[in-house]
Amino acid sequence: MGIIRFEKVTKSFKDQLVLNELDLDIAEGKTTVIVGRSGGGKSVLLKHAIGLIKPDSGEIFIDGKPTTKLGEFAHNELRKIFGMLFQEAALFDSMTVFENVAFPLREHTRKSAAEIATIVKERLNAVGLVRVDKKMPSELSGGMRKRVGLARALVLNPRIVLFDEPTTGLDPIMTKAINSLIIDTQRHFNLTCVVISHDVESIFEIGDDIALLYDGKIVEHSDTFSMRNSTNPLVKQFFSGSQEGPIQII
Amino acid sequence: MANAAISLLESLGIAAIRICAEAGGVLLLLIASLRWMFIPPFRIKEIIQQMEFVGVKSLLIVLLTGCFTGMVMTLQIYYGFKMFSAESLVGSTVALALLRELAPVLTALMVTARAGSAIAAYLGTMRVTEQIDALCVMAVNPVKYLVVPRIIACVFMMPLLTVFANFMGIIASYFVAVKILGINEGIFIANIVKYCGLSDLYNGLLKATCFGFLIAVISCYKGFYTSGGAEGVGRATTEAVVASALAVLVCDYIITAMML
Repeated sequence: MGIIRFEKVTKSFKDQLVLNELDLDIAEGKTTVIVGRSGGGKSVLLKHAIGLIKPDSGEIFIDGKPTTKLGEFAHNELRKIFGMLFQEAALFDSMTVFENVAFPLREHTRKSAAEIATIVKERLNAVGLVRVDKKMPSELSGGMRKRVGLARALVLNPRIVLFDEPTTGLDPIMTKAINSLIIDTQRHFNLTCVVISHDVESIFEIGDDIALLYDGKIVEHSDTFSMRNSTNPLVKQFFSGSQEGPIQII
Repeated sequence: MANAAISLLESLGIAAIRICAEAGGVLLLLIASLRWMFIPPFRIKEIIQQMEFVGVKSLLIVLLTGCFTGMVMTLQIYYGFKMFSAESLVGSTVALALLRELAPVLTALMVTARAGSAIAAYLGTMRVTEQIDALCVMAVNPVKYLVVPRIIACVFMMPLLTVFANFMGIIASYFVAVKILGINEGIFIANIVKYCGLSDLYNGLLKATCFGFLIAVISCYKGFYTSGGAEGVGRATTEAVVASALAVLVCDYIITAMML
């Protein structure tokens, strides 16, 4: 069993069925990229993994433990093994870069101010940011915000890091930089990474495994080599970007 | 005709369901807030920050409101009472109106406009930019971190602001009555002391506390459950102000009816 396992997970919003008895096993210590059409439920899937959304039915196992019936306190404990980089970084507007990265340390550790300052500086340096600690998030570029978000996501040394479209809206150079950062971080800390991405080049660059979400289900899940050579018409159409095929353009 | 009646009933039913759902949502948020209020760690820093925002930063506007309300009331009551030679009662009438009614209600409306709207906009922006989700992911309960300090701040700051509004209103009334309209200073003060008791002040402060609670809970609810991007934040802010102001006025009537 993988570190994250979805078992027959179903989720609807009003009349719209987003996840339909979805099964997925995410392997530990690897980067799994979840791909699929825009609005197809990828972010919803990611939010289920961390308990931000509860499924209508089915079960989600983290480290082999069922999580859907966990109480508030137990779920909070479980979340401490996760880090998450949001699509727009979700930095706290009212805090400086330093305060944003220091926030999880202040909340969950008893480290002194000096220790926190050292760790924050290390983390910011690791994501290639220097002399920005006193800046507000509004003063940063999109790429810098994502890197601060990554520093914050990694500051408590999580085992699992979730990335919600980490390179969307970035220029090719910054996309490459963020991809390298994800690869280096994953290897350095032996993390389990789950990435949502639309960028085909990035998907094959950072992914060990790729899962294609279509019509509320995972229709193909394999390593990058098998995915690249897949004969599944859905996979072929998705990666070729063709308008002809089983995936309907609505 | 029958179709129009059915359509009307359907609209009324939808509106009733929406109101019940909103009331239920507010109640659930309130229950969660009360629960987290008593679970450590107690976020003293956030509470003090919110007290500064709701209380200290609203002080000037509340003082101005109290001042001009006292002045206008004095003028109006003076010209009314002059008709039957009761000018000596102007001070006590203005003071009673301020203590029991005007200071708590007008302070609440000003706090709604300034702090309630800001609370809804701030939490709404945090919601639509996934900052509230980020708090959850970092294993920090957003109700405890964001809602509880704002409720405590509003509940404690509203009575204090009302005291300042009372004070400023009565001082302003004194200047208009004694210095401009020529009412005897001794009579003005003696009648206030004679007709206004501590119970009048306490009534007003009890109302202010209830209003603070309502403003905080409604504004937090509207902001906390915002959806729909920037437009949603704007809508949530407007709804927070309208709903809080209405709740203050309805609550004012209920408390007044119970106290009399």
